[in-house]
Amino acid sequence: MKDLGFSISQSRTIDLDKSDLSAYRRVVEKVPSAKLCLMCGACTATCTARNHTDFNFRKVHLLFRRGQFEGLAEELDKCMLCGKCRLVCNRGVNTRAIIYNMRIILENLNYKSIK
Amino acid sequence: MMNYHPFVIPFTVGALFLFGVVFYKFYAWIAALDRKQKFMVKQNIFSFKTIRAIGEIFREALVHRNIYRKNPVLGYMHMSLAFGWFLLIVVGKIKASLYAGTFFEPPWLGIFFNFFAVDGHAFSHSEMLTFTMDFLLLIILSGLALAIIKRVKSSLLGMRKTTKHSRFDRIALSSLWFIFPLRLMAESTTASLHGNGGFLTNSVGHLIPSTIAPYAELPLWWAYSISLFVFFVALPYSRYMHIPTEVVLIFLRNWGADTGEQLSGYTDIQLNSCSRCGICIDACQLNFAAGISNVQSVYFVRDARYKTLSDEVVNNCLMCGRCSNECPVGLELTLVRQQFRNKQEIPGKFYYEYTEPVESKAGVDVIYYAGCMTHLTPSIIISMKKIFEAAGVNYWFMDEDKGVCCGRPLRQQGFIQQSKNLVIKNSRIINSARAKLLVTSCPICYKSFREEYNLNLPVMHHTEYIEGLLADGRITLNASNVTVVYHDPCELGRGANIYEQPRNILRNFSLIESNYEKENSLCCGGSLSDAILDLRLQLKIRDHALGELTKDKPDVLVTACPLCKKSFVHGNKARVMDIAEIVAGNLKVIASKKRPVRKEELQLV
Amino acid sequence: MNKADVVVIGGGPAGIEAAYNLARDNHKVVLVEKEEEIFGHMQTAYTLFPNFQDASEIRSSLLQKTKHGNITLYNNAEVTQVSRENDFWRVQTINGLDFIAPAVLLASGFKTFDARYKEELGYGIYKGVITSVEFEEMLKVGKIQTANGEKPRRIAFLNCVGSRDEKVGNHYCSRVCCINAVKLSIEAKKQLPEVEAYCFYMDIRMSGQFYEELYRKSQEDFDVNYIRGRISEVAPTFDNRLQVKCEDTLSQTPLKMTVDLLVLMIGIEASEGTARIGEQVGVNGEYNFSKSISLHTADNKTKHRGFFLAGTCKRPLTVPETMADARAAALEIDLYLKSLSQ
Repeated sequence: MKDLGFSISQSRTIDLDKSDLSAYRRVVEKVPSAKLCLMCGACTATCTARNHTDFNFRKVHLLFRRGQFEGLAEELDKCMLCGKCRLVCNRGVNTRAIIYNMRIILENLNYKSIK
Repeated sequence: MMNYHPFVIPFTVGALFLFGVVFYKFYAWIAALDRKQKFMVKQNIFSFKTIRAIGEIFREALVHRNIYRKNPVLGYMHMSLAFGWFLLIVVGKIKASLYAGTFFEPPWLGIFFNFFAVDGHAFSHSEMLTFTMDFLLLIILSGLALAIIKRVKSSLLGMRKTTKHSRFDRIALSSLWFIFPLRLMAESTTASLHGNGGFLTNSVGHLIPSTIAPYAELPLWWAYSISLFVFFVALPYSRYMHIPTEVVLIFLRNWGADTGEQLSGYTDIQLNSCSRCGICIDACQLNFAAGISNVQSVYFVRDARYKTLSDEVVNNCLMCGRCSNECPVGLELTLVRQQFRNKQEIPGKFYYEYTEPVESKAGVDVIYYAGCMTHLTPSIIISMKKIFEAAGVNYWFMDEDKGVCCGRPLRQQGFIQQSKNLVIKNSRIINSARAKLLVTSCPICYKSFREEYNLNLPVMHHTEYIEGLLADGRITLNASNVTVVYHDPCELGRGANIYEQPRNILRNFSLIESNYEKENSLCCGGSLSDAILDLRLQLKIRDHALGELTKDKPDVLVTACPLCKKSFVHGNKARVMDIAEIVAGNLKVIASKKRPVRKEELQLV
Repeated sequence: MNKADVVVIGGGPAGIEAAYNLARDNHKVVLVEKEEEIFGHMQTAYTLFPNFQDASEIRSSLLQKTKHGNITLYNNAEVTQVSRENDFWRVQTINGLDFIAPAVLLASGFKTFDARYKEELGYGIYKGVITSVEFEEMLKVGKIQTANGEKPRRIAFLNCVGSRDEKVGNHYCSRVCCINAVKLSIEAKKQLPEVEAYCFYMDIRMSGQFYEELYRKSQEDFDVNYIRGRISEVAPTFDNRLQVKCEDTLSQTPLKMTVDLLVLMIGIEASEGTARIGEQVGVNGEYNFSKSISLHTADNKTKHRGFFLAGTCKRPLTVPETMADARAAALEIDLYLKSLSQ
């Protein structure tokens, strides 16, 4: 595996007292099914991007949920939004919508407004 | 001064205001067309296309032929108001010119003719013209009656839901409701005093007591003029802006302007051409199968026009294209919605650097690209392999273990730049193989390859490809009496116009029709494009569609999209097969007398 | 029309156990079974968890019970219609039998999830993908083999197939699959000590007595591996084996491995008979399982007098739970019949 110059797996303590959990609440507002994830990893296993990289949706989702945003925007850029993960989710979580919303929040991408 | 009275002032001021605002808007929009659109206008403005556009304006903006076809009562309502009013103005103008003896009479004369022309029968053809005017007024009033009924109870006009309106709409609508009854009352009162009306206004005039008429006459004409003023002032800010805008739209469309990727003046013109008739609400499965009735195209267009778009309205859409298909104005609703989803691009950034280049295989005739989703329906892949082998095709399975997404799912979510980066990746692999044909099993990929890629070879969805193999006799099928219903996937049917090929293939079986064929087909609910819909509602849409498709209890529900298949299989109601599977399961092995496949032998999945 | 005291619908463990207990209390029992053979799903069982009791012992015990003089057993008698006639219940079958009785016990049981609905797991497509029921049958004849008829080197068990799955509409846990996978993996190791066994799970639920001990034993004595991750894709390899893909969620890394057999631990659903009769009588609850009036205090009674429930027609249950429930149902019916004669 290529070293991509950053790592999201460095060991550290997640201090929930100091973590920003509001971003995740915004995702849950848009995608209520996000709460249903039971972290089985089926999404990661079937991921199209996973064939090329170490992208791990379940992990990114969980780190986002815990308010650990470091490096996540770059990770999310690896996702091709193909939606395959949504099809294998037992819990019916709209995984693609979660990624979409995390991406919007992290990269602060907004709609173009009409002139 | 002859033919003048102060009550014409509100009308005249309103009309001037209206023309000023409308022309200002037209100017701004046309200036904001993108380069391609401007080029098309310059190219075609002096061509036969302009004449064709005029014909279309007559048919659609006045007669409303498209609405007629979908709902005759609704069509009559629109025609009586639009065409009726148009003729009323034209005939009024002719009448006024004949009466005044000049073509340049004051503009209000035709509008308030009966007030000024108390000796209304003193010119040529006056009898016939007066009769025509009354007849037109009657037609308009009948249309108005229908409009009021529609507002109160839309189901009487065959509509499940009607549009909820904004404040400007309500002001414009109320004034519109008043205009014609006031005109009738004003003309009738004058007729009762001077006997200058036609069959309608004279008859109504007789009912007005002669003691009241002299006092009522002027106030009624004032009220008529004021209602015109209110309507004219509200018009540019209400849905009635569609009346002038649709004319511009029809010209531009005939000249070859297309919606394009980015917002432009043409987007504005489309947004303002929506009459908010609400036909799209009835067409939308989110409405009739999932009970969501605030995100349909009519509301999207309205919110986009008034710049109050919410994330939910933009994104809660299956992008199935049913509304665009039904829209009587012919707005490209799905494409316009897509424009609003598009995100800003980050200059110089290249996404998906990580994708390791797949070594492309040289010397093959056909490249097979299954698509991401198809990997979750392995029976489609196995069937395609079987078909390739039966036809003796030299093929390369491009995304067998390390596929790169085609890019369309990103595009649908508005990540255009990212999507283009994937297109570059895949194009490189496909083009360097120098094959003769690209075949894919996924309608999403298919549409992407067709529209976004610049490839050195033609692309086919496997329905087209299999049809070709059958037509060329490279594969043959056993006769089968299995009954099948075909479900058109959105992206393949409405999206890419592939309707006949699957039906030609399925002629080898006993094909039965559902109520939702071709352009009218339903979405399976599994659409990738809706980033908001949750599973519960998605399943409602699926169950409704599945119920409709399996009404006649077919042995197999055949579709041509892995997503549709996945949605329907889990519905647990019918055997669901991809068209490739039913073909592969029924291939005639040449030089052996294999018996026809019985339906028990068909695989379930 | 034949009269009886009780008609018991379903000749599986619940039906037989209840019929036998009613017969002992001197009630005339009619026992109808839709299949040629009795025993229901017990028919295919090899051993029973958690004590590896030989299922054939259970079968012969059940068979013995059906021989009681007060029981009349009818095979091939699928029930077509259950209806109320005054204070009696009328039960008609597909082979023309027609009974009338003051009480009916529904013991129509469950069916297993049809794994073909999870196409990505390859059941019905790749020969190496089999269900837990088929694997149990292999154990029973002592012949665990791959599609090619060879001894498998590696077997994977996948939990929660058709259970806890909102896509197929089954939100519930089938309860028995976790422990059953432990049992199957141990049995596999007993028959083929060289084989590698892997269990893929989302959660391991070892709630019954001795379950946890068995789980521990499978690790300690039989080297069964447990991987927390759901297999979401299966693909064939060039040598006709299977490559399974999952995420090893605990190491946070995607994982793929080649196996010879993939055993899908298919979940429990209401049987067709349960769904149909429940619908006719009006006792259908969620997921077509039948509904008692009170889970805690009257779990064998329904809202209809004289119509009782036992066993897995209500929900997924283990064999001991089913048998105990059947005895409880028999007691309820006995009290009911006695109250009628007073």
